[in-house]
Amino acid sequence: MPDDTVDSSTARISRAEVAHLARLARLAVTEQELDVFAGQLDVILGSVARVGEVAAADIEPTTHAVPLRNVLRPDEVGPCLDRSIVLAQAPAVEDNRFRVPRILDDEQ
Amino acid sequence: MSELTRLSAAEIAGAIAVGEVSAEEVTRAHLDRIEQVDDVVRAFLHVDTDGALNAARRVDADRAAGGDLGPLAGVPLAMKDVVVTQGLPTTAGSRILEGWIPPYDATITRKIKDAGIVMLGKTNMDEFAMGSSTENSAFHPTHNPWDLGRIPGGSSGGSSAAVSAFEAPLGIGTDTGGSIRQPAAVTGIVGHKPTYGGVSRYGLIAFSSSLDQAGPFGRTVLDAALLHEVMGGHDPCDSTSIPQRVPPVAVAAREGARADLTGVRVAVVQELGGEGYQPGVLAAFQEAVSTLRGLGATVLEVSCPHFDYALAAYYLIAPSECSSNLARFDGVRYGLRVGDDGVRSLEEVMSLTREAGFGPEVKRRIMIGTYALSSGYYDAYYGQAQKVRTLISRDFAAAFEQADVLVSPSSPFVAFGIGERVDDPMAMYVNDLCTLPASLAGTPAISVPCGLSEGLPVGLQVMAPALADDWCYRVAAAFEAAYVGTNGPLRAPELIGGTA
Repeated sequence: MPDDTVDSSTARISRAEVAHLARLARLAVTEQELDVFAGQLDVILGSVARVGEVAAADIEPTTHAVPLRNVLRPDEVGPCLDRSIVLAQAPAVEDNRFRVPRILDDEQ
Repeated sequence: MSELTRLSAAEIAGAIAVGEVSAEEVTRAHLDRIEQVDDVVRAFLHVDTDGALNAARRVDADRAAGGDLGPLAGVPLAMKDVVVTQGLPTTAGSRILEGWIPPYDATITRKIKDAGIVMLGKTNMDEFAMGSSTENSAFHPTHNPWDLGRIPGGSSGGSSAAVSAFEAPLGIGTDTGGSIRQPAAVTGIVGHKPTYGGVSRYGLIAFSSSLDQAGPFGRTVLDAALLHEVMGGHDPCDSTSIPQRVPPVAVAAREGARADLTGVRVAVVQELGGEGYQPGVLAAFQEAVSTLRGLGATVLEVSCPHFDYALAAYYLIAPSECSSNLARFDGVRYGLRVGDDGVRSLEEVMSLTREAGFGPEVKRRIMIGTYALSSGYYDAYYGQAQKVRTLISRDFAAAFEQADVLVSPSSPFVAFGIGERVDDPMAMYVNDLCTLPASLAGTPAISVPCGLSEGLPVGLQVMAPALADDWCYRVAAAFEAAYVGTNGPLRAPELIGGTA
């Protein structure tokens, strides 16, 4: 079984890792932000790594405070928003649809 | 200041019901107050003058027609801008939603309207409810009516400031890690975080879905309870909504006001005090515990050892859920879109949009969440935090075998100066020390004013078992009756110079 604890004294994050996280999270952060965030995330992650000090190997995780399961409602057609109302809030619209930027490269 | 803005919500509703005053007069008095003080308090992002007056006139027309008025009909309310309101701008304090007009009402918005409550406008907040000072609003800070150089708490600081400054007798906030209770504490008003699932989340812009919960603000415990009863209850549109009736919170508030806690067991949580807490806060808290004892309560101490890990667990769980929830802001269907020049790819436009639309705290949390959920770290961070959450719930369960309610300060500090903590995320996060355990366990908790330290309000937090929200109100109302009976109500300074 892998060791699932984190040593809070060594939990550290590099500037390159922060750049990678920003890319995963679709945030076009600036070089200056990278400097600031790398330092701050390092401190925050070092602090929250304290959870690793708790002996909890045989403890069930809580995903939700209320133990409700498989909440379903009848599969019935109900009223929904008119398309024109929804599209009125869109940043760009074409032919009654959301217009999006290019999603494929030219050669594809 | 008009006397009408000094009244409680219950008093206003009573005066409207018997025709002593019209809902329109009440609404105008509050709109005038906003006009007079909100250029310095800055509680509101959007004031809906016409909508409020129309809603008030409908209540007056209903009354004239002999219709049945609800217990809060005609009472004005300040709505946190994270709750969607059809036809009214809703930003969640973020540039990424600037100019967005929701095409539907949140369930609680609909319930407020159906009850004849008059929504005055939308209040300022930390962006996407991430913060404890309202300084993370993309638009402007909000100022504490007790001292305009200080923060009004957060993230629901606009609503707490509005209620404290007599701009509205009622407010709605949302609480993920303390965002109702801490602002209530530092502005000297009452705020309650209901049992998770007790109030519908449908139409709340999601931050951390397993923690987010909307709740009431008022200047009295009874007012908060009356609003809670309007907001609460099962909603088929929210799959985490509890299929039960709202606990009898208004009855509990009225019963509590008789100021008798004979036989009630009140436990002080050892872990929520001591180091890191301001001496003045601890002194006011100790005084409050003495008051509870004087009301007949049996006071004991309990230890909840895992509460010490609540901060670490919370700042993994909440960012993880936020990194997932905020993925919806992609610049495709609504909100901001930046850099769409016909050449850039969708991914580039998305990244530029999110970079421009989110503020620094939101970006920090998204990245922490992305980190904590990534495959190599999931078990050690997010998974472990969810286990700690289980242990915190067990601590609560053990404590509630000995006590009916647990008490602590609502915040380790009184309101601090605007700008004091903005550059140090961890210094901001410790604001939530007292409120996080109940958030993680999904249990109800209320903050009620319990005195002053350095001339600034201190809050007493009363925590109860899940679904026993009425216990929070009962004990808080008893405390309030005793405190006000001795000291008079805590009321923010007048704020208006020349016109009085």
